Amino acid sequence: MSKTINLKLRVWRQASPEQAGKFEDYDAKGISTDASFLEMLDVVNDELERHDIDPIAFDHDCREGICGSCGAVVNGCAHGPESATTLCQLHMRKFKDGDVVIIEPWRANGFPIIKDLVVDRGAFDRIIQAGGYVSIRTGQAPDAHAIPIPKPAADKAMDAAQCIGCGACVAACPNASASLFTAAKINQLALLPQGHPERNRRVVAMVEQMDKEGFGSCSKHYECEAACPKEIKVENITAMNREYRRALIARD
Amino acid sequence: MAIATDYWKIAESAGLDSKIPSGPIGQKWTKHKFDMKLVNPANKRKFKVIVVGTGLAGASAAATMSELGYKVKAFCFQDSPRRAHSIAAQGGINAAKNYQNDGDSVYRLFYDTVKGGDYRSREANVHRLAEVSVNIIDQCVAQGVPFAREYGGYLANRSFGGAQVSRTFYARGQTGQQLLLGAYSALMKEVASGGVEMFPRREMLDLIVVDGRACGIVVRNLVTGQLETHTADAVCLATGGYGNVFYLSTNAKGSNVTAAWRAHKRGAYFANPCYTQIHPTCIPVHGDFQSKLTLMSESLRNDGRVWVPKKPGDTRPAHEIPEADRNYYLETKYPSFGNLVPRDVASRNAKDVCDAGNGVGATGLAVYLDFTDAIKRDGMSVIEAKYGNLFQMYERITDDNPYKTPMMIYPAVHYTMGGLWVDYNLMSNLPGLHVLGEANFSDHGANRLGASALMQGLADGYFVIPYTIGDYLAKAGPSGVTPDHPEAKKVEAEVKQRIDTFIHMTGKRAVNDFHRELGLLMWDECGMARNEEGLKKALKRIPELREEFWQDVNVTGSPGTLNQCLERAGRVADFLEFAELMCTDALHRSESCGGHFREESQTDEGEAKRKDDEFCYAAAWQYNGVGETPTLHKEALEFENVKLTQRSYK
Repeated sequence: MSKTINLKLRVWRQASPEQAGKFEDYDAKGISTDASFLEMLDVVNDELERHDIDPIAFDHDCREGICGSCGAVVNGCAHGPESATTLCQLHMRKFKDGDVVIIEPWRANGFPIIKDLVVDRGAFDRIIQAGGYVSIRTGQAPDAHAIPIPKPAADKAMDAAQCIGCGACVAACPNASASLFTAAKINQLALLPQGHPERNRRVVAMVEQMDKEGFGSCSKHYECEAACPKEIKVENITAMNREYRRALIARD
Repeated sequence: MAIATDYWKIAESAGLDSKIPSGPIGQKWTKHKFDMKLVNPANKRKFKVIVVGTGLAGASAAATMSELGYKVKAFCFQDSPRRAHSIAAQGGINAAKNYQNDGDSVYRLFYDTVKGGDYRSREANVHRLAEVSVNIIDQCVAQGVPFAREYGGYLANRSFGGAQVSRTFYARGQTGQQLLLGAYSALMKEVASGGVEMFPRREMLDLIVVDGRACGIVVRNLVTGQLETHTADAVCLATGGYGNVFYLSTNAKGSNVTAAWRAHKRGAYFANPCYTQIHPTCIPVHGDFQSKLTLMSESLRNDGRVWVPKKPGDTRPAHEIPEADRNYYLETKYPSFGNLVPRDVASRNAKDVCDAGNGVGATGLAVYLDFTDAIKRDGMSVIEAKYGNLFQMYERITDDNPYKTPMMIYPAVHYTMGGLWVDYNLMSNLPGLHVLGEANFSDHGANRLGASALMQGLADGYFVIPYTIGDYLAKAGPSGVTPDHPEAKKVEAEVKQRIDTFIHMTGKRAVNDFHRELGLLMWDECGMARNEEGLKKALKRIPELREEFWQDVNVTGSPGTLNQCLERAGRVADFLEFAELMCTDALHRSESCGGHFREESQTDEGEAKRKDDEFCYAAAWQYNGVGETPTLHKEALEFENVKLTQRSYK
């Protein structure tokens, strides 16, 4: 049943990329336990606005866990304590009255902070630009039934394709590696015949771009899988590494 | 009959040319493709096209036009084009493939869509949509979109949203996501090739019109606060719908009417703004802190049974209410379609039973969607495979387990059929301004069928605009306008002044306070059911609320940085103007049709009653100033193929 709770928030405030940031404390009062985490921040922000204080900046859009816009590290966990859940789908019934809640942005070299909890994830777009697509122009496609795809392969491709590009995997990784994100796309396309003509070129280019963006390497902590709101599996990284070696051999 | 009143004027001559090609319905598009002028390949690279919005329509349009050789600039307000709200569509995409051999055809999809739209869409556009639907599936599969498949390796289909054939393609409950990521990947491919220049975190704040031709936009860089002026030879708006005028809707928080409204204020007509779709299967409202409503795919209605207690005010838990005391009202009232009636019908019936006091849950504004019989019939594992992710989502939000207790649902604002008026070429009455996807008005009439929004977005972007833009550019030639053109400078100065005004607003109320109040007013008076008295009440209140906003809103921070308060203020200010036009349109259309239900116009059985001899037209509104009565232009709708009948799903 719905009730209300009071919380102490410690929020990372940083006015711009250049300025130093620091934690600020705010009271979140009378929060319904049916509210989502972002709705709790809305309540706090509306109150700040009424007192002419700049509201806490955070990215968000769909608020149903699919657009990948939102995300913050809450009490040390990317997207908060609930597994397989984006921040917008985390509900306040998971917190207790009087809890202290520490809220920080994703922290990674590849994701420079823009303001407060908002980071620049443009690196993810550039990794996709490096090869996360099938080079087909509109109009070139054969009939959709021309290539049957075994259901298990289609299902596994769909498992990988569910990535929402939120960046929690990077935030959770002690090396700030973007391996899970990159591997999910590579593996989706490697599992499908449509992706095969470019598979060697794709994996090499995407892995190179990932390195260029300043993300660390994977050292198999599996924190990414634990943080991923879409439960993308680490086996994608294994598959990516296999693809990568395969591509290097094929290239020589 | 709509006659001029204190609320609107009527144009002397319609002045709208829909440019529908002549000839039989099945050959119009083919003939038109041949009749259109082409731009030779070497000249294409000399033309610049601006695309605003990167959802299904915008991303597919930008990618495809770049593939053809045009220089494209694409803009979105999100941090990445992959986040546009098309991503949230769950159920699927229709296509007349007839892979199930169950009697589907292009003509049947066309027919169903015209009927589903309650005969308020343009036949020629809808037929073209049905024709290209088959190409969309081919294109998406080739891109690597992992549609659901059967064990033989071929694509799976389901029946969806009241269709009696299985023509819906899907990717679990995430079809919109997979289609958008497909279009996004095509867009990224073109960014890599240099054909598209991508501008994320930019919000369009005005349209530049020179000598009657749209040829540029002013955007705010949301990170630095800088205004940027971009000029081109054509502008395409694919900026989605205006459902957030209700504050609570299933739209993303950022979805807004600003780009379309700014274009309207620069001369583009806004058509049928009162046509809004209220989706029947959403999680009910549960508190005033609530920021949005969550939709659950209506595919749930394939197996779930909708019911309420027969006795008003029955507070027993669902499992204690025996069969005899339950009213499965959709099954009783509509024996042939049952729980699968179209969205407008399902929503209105839910409202009716709740208004009669039979609603359930803490607020009484909910009905049950019960899977008990389906679980008994098919087993838990089958239901879990079909709806597992939706059940999980429901439980996460409500803390209730739908495998054990029936879901509670209530209708919520979901989609807007109205939008900027466009001709058959998707061009507005302003030459050069093209409008795609949900932002235009043309294909869904007064009600959109399930799994048709994704189809229309991708049809417009992949297969319509890439052809029609060539015809426009070949005839119009380059605009020759650059950002230092006096008109461009003037528009940019106006945008800057508006932002300065906002920044100096030091009232006492938060932006959201106004948005919530407007939303509630619109939901009460211009929501699932409308009447003259309520609409007039809203039309009196909206200008007052707008006045209060400009007196008492507080906008914090500075214009030169990321400022989400300023962003929201601009959007709410535009909703406060737009809402008035929406209510005016709803007031003038004194018939009921599709999602627009005027209480004064219903059949004896309480169904929407059209008045075809008076209202068989699209209402395109011309802007005359804030608070000024708008001018109505009528585009007569001619039905040469589908016979107008009272829709019946009994």
